[in-house]
Amino acid sequence: MAKKPAKQAAKPKKSASPDALSGRAILTIIGADRVGIIAGMANTLADANVNILDISQSVIREFFTMIMMVDLAGASVTFEELTVRLNKAGSRLGVRVEIQREEIFKVMHRV
Amino acid sequence: MRHQNFTGEEILETISMVRTEQLDIRTVTIGISLFDCVASDNKRLCRNVYDKITRTAKDLKRVTGELAQEFGMPIVNNRVAVTPISLIAGRASPEEFVRIAETLDKAADELGIDFLGGFSASVEKGMTQLDRNLIAALPDALARTKRVCSSVNVGSTRAGLNMDAIAEMGETVVKIAKKTAKKSSIGCAKLVVFCNAVEDNPFMAGAFHGASESDAVVNVGVSGPGVVLRAIQNARDADFGTLTQLIRRTAFKITRAGELIGRAAATRLNLPFGIIDLSLAPTPAEGDSVARILEEIGLERVGTHGSTAALALLNDAVKKGGAMASSYVGGLSGAFIPLSEDQGMIEAAELGSITIDKLEAMTSVCSVGLDMIAVPGDTPAETIAAIIADEAAIGMINKKTTAVRIIPVIGKKVGEVVSFGGLLGHAPIIPVNKFSSARFIARRGRIPSPLQALIN
Repeated sequence: MAKKPAKQAAKPKKSASPDALSGRAILTIIGADRVGIIAGMANTLADANVNILDISQSVIREFFTMIMMVDLAGASVTFEELTVRLNKAGSRLGVRVEIQREEIFKVMHRV
Repeated sequence: MRHQNFTGEEILETISMVRTEQLDIRTVTIGISLFDCVASDNKRLCRNVYDKITRTAKDLKRVTGELAQEFGMPIVNNRVAVTPISLIAGRASPEEFVRIAETLDKAADELGIDFLGGFSASVEKGMTQLDRNLIAALPDALARTKRVCSSVNVGSTRAGLNMDAIAEMGETVVKIAKKTAKKSSIGCAKLVVFCNAVEDNPFMAGAFHGASESDAVVNVGVSGPGVVLRAIQNARDADFGTLTQLIRRTAFKITRAGELIGRAAATRLNLPFGIIDLSLAPTPAEGDSVARILEEIGLERVGTHGSTAALALLNDAVKKGGAMASSYVGGLSGAFIPLSEDQGMIEAAELGSITIDKLEAMTSVCSVGLDMIAVPGDTPAETIAAIIADEAAIGMINKKTTAVRIIPVIGKKVGEVVSFGGLLGHAPIIPVNKFSSARFIARRGRIPSPLQALIN
């Protein structure tokens, strides 16, 4: 069945089917360290009603890197809109933001 | 992190694969059967074909756009492959075939897709009048359309080589070159002459939706020469066993990512998922080159001695990794070595390191064959036919797919450069053997299929 992406983002369910998309995504923020990165991102996510499950930050290779895992269940905007808002916030803070569904990492790094 | 099983290193690895090493989903291709479009007159056939294609693939671009964003992985091409037109055209005349090609082009335009493949015929054993008409229509069909791609299968391991068809394809390639002379003979870039064509190949120009396939299906082609290059660069002077292992692991990751996206696309398009074609297909972008991988394996320039062995290792390792990652690997999985689309190959050709003879030798161990090779515009049709015959013979004897996509660029000579634009890249004109094959091609008939025991 064809699902609308907006709906999928709003109502993710853990399903037995390997094709089903879960509602979690990974946010990667890479750039120079400064005050307010976490606050800026957290605000953007809160505005879209996206719940932060976890945050870790470290210097990996030469980059300051912050990785967030978020839950898209209950998000009030589409994936597309969320991406746009995050990118805007990122450029305001001078960092690069990537948001990707969790599955891509699962399939590439876990058998 | 409590909620996740990934390390920061792993997450960054995926991101750098995409952002700096040009890992991408090369193509999402919907295969569409046109058997139910058959009609008694050409007009109605065209209408049925247009309606079915535009209806079945109407959401393709939207869905791939969404997926590219959600998974952070670029999807470069959206394509459609259809039932070989020679199977559904009834009694079409050459003019009617041209109209069908224009209909396909219009449908591709309406969908906003990059290419539509399947203006094809399979004549490995014999040619019907209809097949003859389709081949006769090719020069006009490819000159008057932008997105239609064509393939003709002229041989197979079981049927042998149809030398009548091969002779005719030699002439056809020259006619297409002349018809599209003003645009660097680009029509020839949209035609592939196959031996042992596969029916589930999402790569143009040779894609078509085989007669054994279901009504509609989503096939995916993934490509990542840059990722493989980076992996073996990091290994420095490791031995061949270690290199193979690295390539396998990389191919595994790429295939898994491709299958995820392919299945997601199929779900959202409400169509079954077909196969993933794991290919190291280069693009003209720097770093996205198969030739560079071969050079990193230890060749000063691709084309020198050792190139065939290095390519054999690469191709096999890619297949092994892909086969572990997905149960539905198909198509032409392996490494592609098109000349004009690969920066390293272009340089090697300009330096004279790679020649058409070495390319031919290398195609015995890689995917497909002589691909996107520009030769002088005054190359005789018999020479082109003989090049096709050689390449088809390699496929026939070795039970593999081979193909020729060769472009005699009208008005250009050896050493000049021709530019095709976009993914098709640019290429120096390389020399062909100056001695004639005319008497060989004039014999006609069929080269019998090979004995399949006593292999050596």
